[in-house]
Amino acid sequence: MTGSEIKLQESPSQTAGPYVHIGCLPIASGIEGVYSEDPGSRMINEATKGERIKIEGCVYDGEAVAVTDAIIEVWQADSMGNYPVEKPSNDTFSGWGRVACNQDSGEFEIETIRPGAVAFDEGRLQAPHITLWIVARGINVGLHTRLYFADEDLANANDPVLSQIDPASRAQTLIAENRGAGCYRFEIYLQGDRETVFFDI
Amino acid sequence: MTAKPPFLPRDRNWHPPAFAPAYNSSRLRSPRQALLSLPTTPSEEAGPVFGHSLIGQLDHDLLHNYATAGESAIGPRILVHGQVRDQSGRPLPHTLVEIWQANSGGRYRHQKESYIAALDANFGGCGRCLTDSEGHYRFITVQPGPYPWPNGPNSWRPAHIHFSLFGEAFAQRLITQMYFEGDPLIWECPIVTSIPQREAIESLIATLDLAETLPMDMIAWRFDITLRGRAQTWFENRAEGL
Repeated sequence: MTGSEIKLQESPSQTAGPYVHIGCLPIASGIEGVYSEDPGSRMINEATKGERIKIEGCVYDGEAVAVTDAIIEVWQADSMGNYPVEKPSNDTFSGWGRVACNQDSGEFEIETIRPGAVAFDEGRLQAPHITLWIVARGINVGLHTRLYFADEDLANANDPVLSQIDPASRAQTLIAENRGAGCYRFEIYLQGDRETVFFDI
Repeated sequence: MTAKPPFLPRDRNWHPPAFAPAYNSSRLRSPRQALLSLPTTPSEEAGPVFGHSLIGQLDHDLLHNYATAGESAIGPRILVHGQVRDQSGRPLPHTLVEIWQANSGGRYRHQKESYIAALDANFGGCGRCLTDSEGHYRFITVQPGPYPWPNGPNSWRPAHIHFSLFGEAFAQRLITQMYFEGDPLIWECPIVTSIPQREAIESLIATLDLAETLPMDMIAWRFDITLRGRAQTWFENRAEGL
């Protein structure tokens, strides 16, 4: 058989636990002086090209209670729809960010730029989207989801990933609500009637 | 340049299930709908790149990176090292490895932590490094202590170090925990045993590495990590004459 030369099993995942902030956002968790800046805490600066957007939201458990110990990682293309591959395409946008949910309210806020449409395969594009990866106590394998934009109706309708969601009505769980002035709201439900679509991708 | 092949799907029977009944916190935080399985797209086949300029001189040294100058964290001094590879065995160079852990008394430096064990003024509990050109990483730290946690009436976590791995693509993103060979608490812990197969659990247990131990200084533990691999490496291998 040609093909894979797979020799090893992946290391199994374990929960990030309730104290993930110590390792991932130490300064925000009160550990000063080890790193000069929390990794991923600043996605954009003055030189970053693209339309500024703010995404706010919250993660909820199966009883619709806000999860206050989660960390969310952000991975997205730049305003032209390109991922910085091999080396950072410029010093102003790495495509990656990391935010903690508020330890009292569970609310999170991401300040970034609107991503461009990303390649899918030859001739097809994916609608502009942001990959989100959620870890917390009680999450045994990091949860991978995507945020799409409510004001991209046409692109969303033709998106090759959204179109595979069955039942199609669940695709709505991935559409961030447009609050105007570049602000979007995205609720993530880990469980229940409004459970967000998560990917094995 | 030809496109690299997509990543292999995760073996979900090898990883813990989202809902592990003995681990209480997973009850309300586990999706109940099936994950949507799809081949990776360009969005998952790329990933963030971290440069050497990110890493400070003491970032890998938890004995000293939070300590007052001239002082050191309290506890057994240990060296933790290993290699990060993908499933085809290919080393993953220059990839970010982040760790966090409790101090030697089993106490985390965190606002929400309430265990009575003492804080160590010289121990923060975080560290990071980039793997070298052969995928090797290396940390210096204290042996973390086991600690009680509110799961059952008398639940104790085995000593462990949390690891966060990036690899070269977001598809490979992984957070896991490293345990220590010989710790009897490993097999009592519902977080550990959320992993269904014994062989998978054993792959998270660091082994004593006497060859790397620094005499009169610190014991070494070896912990190798495997991240997702690509579906086909055949052409790469053929190019090497296989």
